[in-house]
Amino acid sequence: MNTPILSVSDLVVSAGRNLQIVRGTSFDIGPGEILGLVGESGCGKSMTSLAAMGLLPHGIGVTGGKILLNGADITHLAPHQRVKQGCGRIAMVFQEPMTSLNPVLRIGDQIKEAVRVHDRTASPPARARELLDMVRIPDAAHQLDAFPHELSGGMRQRVMIAIALACRPAVLIADEPTTALDVTVQRQVLGLIRELCDSLDMGVLFITHDLGVVAQLADRVAVMYAGGLVETGDVVPLFAAPLHPYTAGLMACLPDPTSDDPLLPTIPGSAPRPDEIKDGCPFAPRCSRVQDRCRRGPVPVAFNDLGQSARCHFPLNHEVPA
Amino acid sequence: MLRYVIRRTGAAIMTLIAASIVIFAFIHLIPGDPVYVMLGDGATPDQVAALRARLGLDEPVVLQYLIWAGNALQGDLGHSVFFETPVTQVIADGAETSILLATMTMVWIVGFGIPVGVLAAMRQGRWVDQGLSGLAMLLASVPTFWVGLYLILIFAAGLGWFPSSGYPSIFEEGGLANLRYLVLPSIALAAPNAALILRLTRASMLDVAREDYVRTARAKGISPTRVVVRHILRNALLAVVSAFGFTFAALISEAVVTETVFALPGVGRTVVQSILRRDYPVIQGVILIIVCLYLVINLLVDLSYRMLDPRVELE
Amino acid sequence: MIRQLHALVGPVLARPLTALGAAFLMLIVLGAVFAPLIAPFPPDAIDPVNRLLPPGGAHLMGTDHFGRDTFSRVVYGARLALLIGVGVVAFALASGVPIGVLSALYPRLGRVLMRMVDVLMSFPSLLLALGLIVILGQGVFNAILAIGLIYLTTTARIVYGVALRLRAEPYVEAARSMGAGTWWVVTRHILPNMISPLMVQASFVFAFAQLGAAALDFLGLGAPPDVPSWGNMLAESRIYITRASWLLLWPGLMIVLTAFSLNLVGDWLRDRMDPRFRDMVRK
Repeated sequence: MNTPILSVSDLVVSAGRNLQIVRGTSFDIGPGEILGLVGESGCGKSMTSLAAMGLLPHGIGVTGGKILLNGADITHLAPHQRVKQGCGRIAMVFQEPMTSLNPVLRIGDQIKEAVRVHDRTASPPARARELLDMVRIPDAAHQLDAFPHELSGGMRQRVMIAIALACRPAVLIADEPTTALDVTVQRQVLGLIRELCDSLDMGVLFITHDLGVVAQLADRVAVMYAGGLVETGDVVPLFAAPLHPYTAGLMACLPDPTSDDPLLPTIPGSAPRPDEIKDGCPFAPRCSRVQDRCRRGPVPVAFNDLGQSARCHFPLNHEVPA
Repeated sequence: MLRYVIRRTGAAIMTLIAASIVIFAFIHLIPGDPVYVMLGDGATPDQVAALRARLGLDEPVVLQYLIWAGNALQGDLGHSVFFETPVTQVIADGAETSILLATMTMVWIVGFGIPVGVLAAMRQGRWVDQGLSGLAMLLASVPTFWVGLYLILIFAAGLGWFPSSGYPSIFEEGGLANLRYLVLPSIALAAPNAALILRLTRASMLDVAREDYVRTARAKGISPTRVVVRHILRNALLAVVSAFGFTFAALISEAVVTETVFALPGVGRTVVQSILRRDYPVIQGVILIIVCLYLVINLLVDLSYRMLDPRVELE
Repeated sequence: MIRQLHALVGPVLARPLTALGAAFLMLIVLGAVFAPLIAPFPPDAIDPVNRLLPPGGAHLMGTDHFGRDTFSRVVYGARLALLIGVGVVAFALASGVPIGVLSALYPRLGRVLMRMVDVLMSFPSLLLALGLIVILGQGVFNAILAIGLIYLTTTARIVYGVALRLRAEPYVEAARSMGAGTWWVVTRHILPNMISPLMVQASFVFAFAQLGAAALDFLGLGAPPDVPSWGNMLAESRIYITRASWLLLWPGLMIVLTAFSLNLVGDWLRDRMDPRFRDMVRK
């Protein structure tokens, strides 16, 4: 991989003084690369993305680790401070296209607002039209005058992407951008993200709970459980042979049309809430391979030759290091 | 939009007709013969007969209503029994005072309630917010006339900054300087309503601040001030605008009391005096005008709300 | 035991101002009940020699223009304040609840009833009350009816809104589909779920009844002048405010503190209630 453009190391996000929601997460994203961050709801993946964007809600903050964008430390900067310090080339697309646009402003004005902040040389109307063209909105000049409620969900999400592209982002964060959309529209939006990633040589952090989407879209995958990364790796080897029992469990939960068994397998139990996590591996209570030492002390990271790594004492398909 | 305007106006007219029936029925609900009540026990039979004829009380009730409503539509609200002048004249005499008082009060309400509400919301949970919110609730619990009496005690009787009562027209000697007579009354009248608008602005700002599109605006990297003004405040004010019809109604109720406290020659004091004088045509006329005004203002508030919010066109 | 104590002390520490308000309301109730024991003078004892005495000595809060003891009158005024509050709330609930529930259950009747409520609401509240006073005549009972009429409308609106929403709840639909009668649905499902919004509404109505009654008294259209109500005391003190400002202070303070305490308690109740109905109970 080239030098990373977004580098997150040992990120800790806490609510209040000592409730850790994200506990020591690290990952890198290179130009033109899509990293799929996968996990169940409540595992901390959205908080990781909001921390990277500098948009953590009131009362929640980064209490450890570093976030670097092209080498610049943006850990504790809000978006407007990043712009002021010349490190604002990171943008985000949110989950709910229906509520993420201001209902009383025309979409052209909402795009131009972003253009004016990031691009003092460009003519806002011309650039806004160019951005709508980039996200494949037909009849862009006309659509600039539309209000959000006049557009469909898929169109609104394209507008959101256009707003995000206004800063010519080096990194685009997409937090479940297609979850609220119909399947056909979902495919189009995913295709658009892939295309923009390649043509603009932009890094993408793609957050989702949908393994199918990841398999289709991502170059690399990071699996998150209970606030920490349990496994990372390139998409093909990781899907072929997961190392961590949790990743394997997630994949087993995907429906298999060739199977005769009418019931999908499930992982027993449920993910712990942040205040329930104890010492040792957080997945231990639900793990089929659990041993005594999983419940105590830090868990080492196991690697294999394909660049995959997992935080596990007893990884699958892997010789246990002596 | 046009269809909505027509439908909404139609509903307001229906309400006005129903209200006019209530107002008309009022004179017939008074126990005893209204003519004797109005004229007192010393009235001569001639006087009684004359007033009875003038009020049309000898006709059947339905016809009486139609005559009264028909006259009202032509701008004739009858004659005052006390002043012996047209009711419209009595109302016109009080209109200048009441309109200026209401306008000045609205200036305080908007100029104080909204900015301070915004300030409280931006300092949510801190002592500024808690202090202002507590103050707002306290102000909403204070009788206007009590505030008025204290304002008189302190700023008129004590410091002598403002006159304590009365109001000479701005068209008479003194001109616009006569507006100083309305400063204390308008503050007393504004206090509870400004408190209400303050609370509403604050709550509405906090509601909007939680919206997804505010997060989108922040993500763009625009300045926090711009986020507040362009994205939060603008949407929050929609809810505040829709409360102004209600505020206006509260204002009229309290103006009746305030005008009495400060002895202002307005429509509100006319109502109270007409009640004490049993001058029923004036009471009916004033209430009819006020209900009309209230319905028109509510209609305008509703329509402007719809113009400010592009979403409703679809509904 | 300790846990019970904690359950009692916890909320008090969480909202000290509301606790103070509740304590003040208790004080008002006690004052009203034991007025003859607390008041050092009969409220209407005239003493022309000791007119307009400032606070101090035998007259804790001074005396008025007839030499009547202000403190004693303030204590007896609590009786009237309670009477007005309880009366108005009772009238508003007894009329507003049936109107609201019936309107929600029978849409055709509801259209008519709610239209009538709308018409009443198009009158500014104090003018509505004054109109009723003109018809009924002056008096404490009529003042209660007149102010009650104002809050009949708001209460009916709230009850209607809540009942409509409850009627559409899946468990109510289920009960109806299994043949539950209207009476059963109302007593088992609608009324019990309405208690908390009604308690919030009752505390706000109680508070605003105090302000409304004071305004009527002040205009000389409320309680008869010989009744020691806080509003009457303020109305009488008006001409003496420069000479005897204490006459303005005490009764006014009682009205403000009573209304403020009720508002605090109402807010507290509202914060505790079902969030679905919170927006419906406006002030």
